[in-house]
Amino acid sequence: MDRLVLLVSTGVARGLVIALFALSLVIIWRAARIVNFGQAAMAVVAVYVAFAVHAATGSYVLAVLGALVTGALLGLAVERGLMRRVPGATPMPGMIVAIGLVMVLQSLLGVLFGPRHRPMSPVFSQSPLYVGDVPVLSRYDLFVLVVALVVVVGLGLLFNRSTLGLQLRAAAVAPEVSRLLGVRVPRMVTIGWMLSSAVAALAVLLLVPTELGLNAHSADVLFVHAFTVAVLGGLDSPAGALVGGLVVGVLISLVTGYASAGLAPLAVLGLLTTVLLVRPGGIFATKEARTA
Amino acid sequence: MTRTTARNGARSSTRTIVLRAIMLTVLALAATFALDPFRNYQLAVVAATFCATAGLTLLVGLTGQLSLGHGVLMAAGGYGYALVAGPAADAGLGGVGRFALGIAGALVLSAVVGGLLGLAGARLRGPYLAGLTLALVIALPAVATQVPGLGKDQGLGVPFEAVPAPLAGVMVVEQWHAWIAIVVAAVAVTPLVVLRSGPAGLRMRATHGDEVAARLAGISPARVKVTAFVASSVSAGLGGAVLAVVAQNVGPGRYSLAFSLLLLVAVVVGGLGSVGGAAVGAALVVLLPWLVDTVVSGAGMPADLEQRLSGNLAVAVFGALLVAVTVAWPGGLAGATAGPRARLARRRRPAPAPVLDPDTDPAQEPTSDPQPLTER
Repeated sequence: MDRLVLLVSTGVARGLVIALFALSLVIIWRAARIVNFGQAAMAVVAVYVAFAVHAATGSYVLAVLGALVTGALLGLAVERGLMRRVPGATPMPGMIVAIGLVMVLQSLLGVLFGPRHRPMSPVFSQSPLYVGDVPVLSRYDLFVLVVALVVVVGLGLLFNRSTLGLQLRAAAVAPEVSRLLGVRVPRMVTIGWMLSSAVAALAVLLLVPTELGLNAHSADVLFVHAFTVAVLGGLDSPAGALVGGLVVGVLISLVTGYASAGLAPLAVLGLLTTVLLVRPGGIFATKEARTA
Repeated sequence: MTRTTARNGARSSTRTIVLRAIMLTVLALAATFALDPFRNYQLAVVAATFCATAGLTLLVGLTGQLSLGHGVLMAAGGYGYALVAGPAADAGLGGVGRFALGIAGALVLSAVVGGLLGLAGARLRGPYLAGLTLALVIALPAVATQVPGLGKDQGLGVPFEAVPAPLAGVMVVEQWHAWIAIVVAAVAVTPLVVLRSGPAGLRMRATHGDEVAARLAGISPARVKVTAFVASSVSAGLGGAVLAVVAQNVGPGRYSLAFSLLLLVAVVVGGLGSVGGAAVGAALVVLLPWLVDTVVSGAGMPADLEQRLSGNLAVAVFGALLVAVTVAWPGGLAGATAGPRARLARRRRPAPAPVLDPDTDPAQEPTSDPQPLTER
C-alpha cells in the first residue's frame, strides 16, 4: 500500500512534466495546425543554455529564465525563418521540415557537447517526504508539481481571460474571419510558437534532474510520451493534455514499479495504439470536421 | 477510361517494366565484378536500403501516409528471416531451401506488422500516424528485450550464406551477398513499380488527392491505404532480410530512430513517389555517412573532435538536406528531372484521359501527375 502511494504520487509529478510538454504540443497545434516533431530538440537546446547560465551565475531562477527566453527565441526563429516558408497545403511538408530540424539540432549538439550525459543536481532534495509513515513525494517532485500547476493555470488564464488569448484562439480557429476583424494572424501564430517552445523548454528543464542528465537525446522519450498524451487528449484539448499526462505518468510509474522499467515503453505504445484505434481523434476530440 | 483499356494499358506497361527491371538487374549483377569486396558489401547494403525506400516512397508519395518507423518494418523482415532460417539451419537444412524459407518468414512477419500498421493508418490522419510509427521505433529496443526469443539487445544470429559451389571459383562471399541483395531488391521493387503504374496506383493517388472524391468514385480509401502499407512493408521486410543475411545478425541496434529518419531523407531527397529517386536516395544515405567519416578520419583532427564529428556530421548534412529540399525544391531529384521528361512524354503521346487526381497541391504536382509516372 505504501508502495502504491509512493508510485502514484511520483507518477503524478512525472505526469505533470509530460503534461506540460504535451501542452506545448497542443498550443502549437492550435496555433499553427502542425505537430512540431522538433519540439524536443529545440527544448534541449534551450536547456543547454540554461545549464550555461546556471554554471555562470549559480542561480536556478536565472537558469529557468534563460531556458524560457531561449525557448521563446528559438520558437520565433524557427517559425519566422523556417516554417513560414514551408509549402502549406498539406501538413506533411511541415512535419518533414520539423524532422530535418531535429536531425540538424541533435547532431550539432552532439558535435558541440559529445555523447556524455551532463548531470544536474536538483534544487530541492529528491528523498521522499513522509506523511505519517507513508513515503510520498520528494521536495523536488513537489516543486515540479507546483511549477507545472502554476504554468497550467497561467496558460488557462492567458487563453481564456485575456484579449491576447482571445485573439490567439480566434486566429487558430477561424484565421480568415479573425483577419477581417483586425487580428494579426501571422503574429498570433508566431506568439503561439514562442509560448509553445518556452513551455517545452521548461518541461525539459524540470525533467532533466530526475533522469540520467542532459544529452542531445534526453528529451526524445519525453516527446514520445507527450505525443501519446496529446493524442490521448486530442491535439486540440489543453484539458485533455493535463488529464492524459497524469494518466500516462501514473501508468509509467506503476509499470516501472510493479513490473520492470523495460516494459514501460511497451505499456505506453499499447495505450497509444488502443486509444488511436478506439478514438482516432483522441478522447477529448471535438466533432469538427478537419483534414488534419 | 473504361476498365478494359485500363487493363490493357496496365498489361503492356507491366511487360515494359518487367523487361526494364530484368535489364537493370543483369547490369547490376555484371557491375559487381568490377567492384572490390568492400564496395560489393556497400552495394548489398544499398540494395537492401533501396527495398525499404522504394516502399516508403510509394507510401508517402502516393498515399500521403507519413511513416517515421520504416526501420521497424525492416527489422520485422530481418527477425522473420532469422526466426525461420535459424531453426532451419539447426535442422540441417541449407542452400536455397533455407534461404527461401527465411524469405518466406520475412514476408509473413513484415506483412503482418505492416498490415496492423496499415489498419491503424487507415483510421488515422497525418500527424497521428507519424506519431504512432515514431512511438513504435522508440519501443523497438523494449520489444526486442522483453519478447522472449528475440535475443535481447544482441539480437539473433543469422546462418551464413556461403558462395554456392559452382560459383565459388569466380566470386568471393561479398560479391555473392551483393548478388543476393540485387536479386531480392529486383523482386521486391518491381511489383511496387507495377502496382504504382497500374489502377492500384491511380486509386492511391486519388485517395491522397481528395478522399471524399475518391470515395464518391467508388474507391475504398481504407482498403487502398492498407494495401499500400502492406506492399510497402513487405518490400521493406525483404530489405531487412537481406541486411540480416549480409550482417549475419539482426538486432534492435541497427534499426534506431536515426536509421528510420535516414530512410525518410532518402525518399524526400530522391523525390516523393519516385522509385528511381528512392534508389538514388538509398545510395546517398548509405554512402554519404561513410564518405564523411572517411574524410573526417583522414583530416587528422584531434581524436576527441573526430569522435564527436563521426556520425553526427552526416546526420546534420542529411537534416539540412531534408529541410532544404522540402522548402526550396519540393520535387526532389525526381522533380528536377520530371519537367523536361513530362514535356517529352506529352509530345510523344496523346493527352491522357482525365483522371481522378485533382491538382490539389502544387508542391506535389511533379510527382502526382500520372503521365510521367508511367513513362519513367
